[in-house]
Amino acid sequence: MKSTDFSACDLVKTAEGEISREIFVNENIYEEEKAQVFARSWLYVGHESQIKKPGDFFVSKMGEESVILTRDQKGEVHVFLNSCTHRGMKVCRYDEGNTRTFTCPYHAWSFATDGQLVGVQDYENAYQPPFEKSEWGLIEVAQIGQYMGTIWATWDKDAPSFEDYLGDAKFAFDLGLCGWDGSDSGTELLGSVQKWIVPCNWKFIAENFAGDALHVVSHRSVDLARLGPSGKEGRRDDYGKLVLTAYPQGHGVFFGVVPLEQTRTEYAESKITSDYFQHCWNQRLKNLGENAGTCPVVGTIFPNMSFHAQQPRTLLVSHPRSANETEMWRVYFVDKEAPDEVKKFLREYYIRYAGPAGMTEQDDMENWNYATAASKGTIARRKPYHYKAGLGVGGKHKTVPGIVTEHPVTSEQNPRAFYQRWAEYMDLGSWSELIDAQKIRGGAPI
Amino acid sequence: MNVVTPKRVAYLDLMREIEDFFYMEADLLDERNYDAWLDLLTDNILYWMPMRKNVSFDDRDKETTAEDDIAWFHDDKETLTKRVRQIQTGVHWADEPISRVSHLITNIRLSKPITALDEGKKLTTNCRFIVYRNRLETETDLLVGRREDTLTRVNGKLMLDRRKILLDQSVLMAKNLTMFL
Repeated sequence: MKSTDFSACDLVKTAEGEISREIFVNENIYEEEKAQVFARSWLYVGHESQIKKPGDFFVSKMGEESVILTRDQKGEVHVFLNSCTHRGMKVCRYDEGNTRTFTCPYHAWSFATDGQLVGVQDYENAYQPPFEKSEWGLIEVAQIGQYMGTIWATWDKDAPSFEDYLGDAKFAFDLGLCGWDGSDSGTELLGSVQKWIVPCNWKFIAENFAGDALHVVSHRSVDLARLGPSGKEGRRDDYGKLVLTAYPQGHGVFFGVVPLEQTRTEYAESKITSDYFQHCWNQRLKNLGENAGTCPVVGTIFPNMSFHAQQPRTLLVSHPRSANETEMWRVYFVDKEAPDEVKKFLREYYIRYAGPAGMTEQDDMENWNYATAASKGTIARRKPYHYKAGLGVGGKHKTVPGIVTEHPVTSEQNPRAFYQRWAEYMDLGSWSELIDAQKIRGGAPI
Repeated sequence: MNVVTPKRVAYLDLMREIEDFFYMEADLLDERNYDAWLDLLTDNILYWMPMRKNVSFDDRDKETTAEDDIAWFHDDKETLTKRVRQIQTGVHWADEPISRVSHLITNIRLSKPITALDEGKKLTTNCRFIVYRNRLETETDLLVGRREDTLTRVNGKLMLDRRKILLDQSVLMAKNLTMFL
């Protein structure tokens, strides 16, 4: 499967906490990454609230490639490569909508929402003997996974089930993508997708959200500008004590843990939001028991899906476009049951926080942009990046699963776990080897 | 050809006042005189920049995201003031060192051919913008689109009460929106 002869494990030295700059800037490595990482791992493609009814579709991406997420007439969910099987034209060039068929503009081949080829121009005359239409349907992913409203897909039939792929990071979704009250009454997307292009390698984004407490110093300006929802200095309300967790699958999460007896005073700027949050907190204590005070602040599911579950509540996919360009797709979510005024308050807070006009995210993007640019040079590439914070100090937590570091919370264990897994994808040929590598490392500190 | 009537002169005078307002606003922004810029905004301002989508001709009413949808900006005066304060900290790295920005405002039209905007009354205008940003060495963005601005008169002076910005891009090609449009 591999076409180049570098060893990713030589470039990613997690035991020493040193990672070569080549993996962020080298175009050959990027080409390999598309096949080794993006064609094999589970990728986030969308949310159930984007395809509620039969015939609904949402055009998404898997790595660089356009895909169509659709619900067929029977209600089944599918993900197809957005490319006609005849001559490759994109069969759907709308961002979203509802349809019975996708008809290619080029030669008018048409496909039903279950991917079947249903219309071929001049079929009776031009093809003697007739070809088997069922062999020329849209190219479909090998597996689809759905969890807490999120929809995922993989091109690899040998990949483990999505829940096994999530592993113990499932705990983060269970506590973070549920309603504020901890019930499965559910969350929904707050609306449309923000899409924008950042000149950086996609992995800067993934590692940033996997857990990098050292970078918060970058956000001094937004803290001073009092961005948060309670009118105080800072960009968020208190999220409790930070617990950093890494997983052998490559995921990383920052949890905030608030004592169960703590009085909650979040969202002080909006009484209705604050009251709703209080109400939900009381319900959450009943619904989730000892885990009620635990909620992910931020995390990354390997390779390129990141999420914030508190302030703001948002899902991000960092779609690579090249070694040094990434298309960020961000959606926001809220409790389905929240009053409209609460949704409005949160929407305005969320988009002044994140996205290209987000006062916090803007400074992150500047860092990722110029870290990529300044690492391309011949001399620059000779010096690896430094990932030594909290090297090998991880342990266990009494309630939060995973490889846990609480001291120092500035540990770079999560980026190390992410890149360790990345190197395994790059070097190993089969999913059985990938699973073995994951088992061998298990819960060992990194 | 129009006969130069007193009514026509009054219309042209108002038109010039409105053009001057937008050109002055552009200068304040490009000279980074943000506090003076904030003074042009009413306390009720809605500064809204919806997103654009690729939709079919039949779905063209969904081409622009609605007001209760996610947007690029959906700001009140307090948030706009926070954006200014952030730039003024000197550690807002996305705009530090400061960028070079030019606002070109053109195609100004009034929604109705009135001859005077009286105290407290509102008037909607349409225009096109070209905003050029260059920062650091070669980083360059060109943002082109249209604006729908609602002006009002307070203590004899024009003020901006509502701004809807329609950028002609669906995927935003600039990495951020640190500038005001």
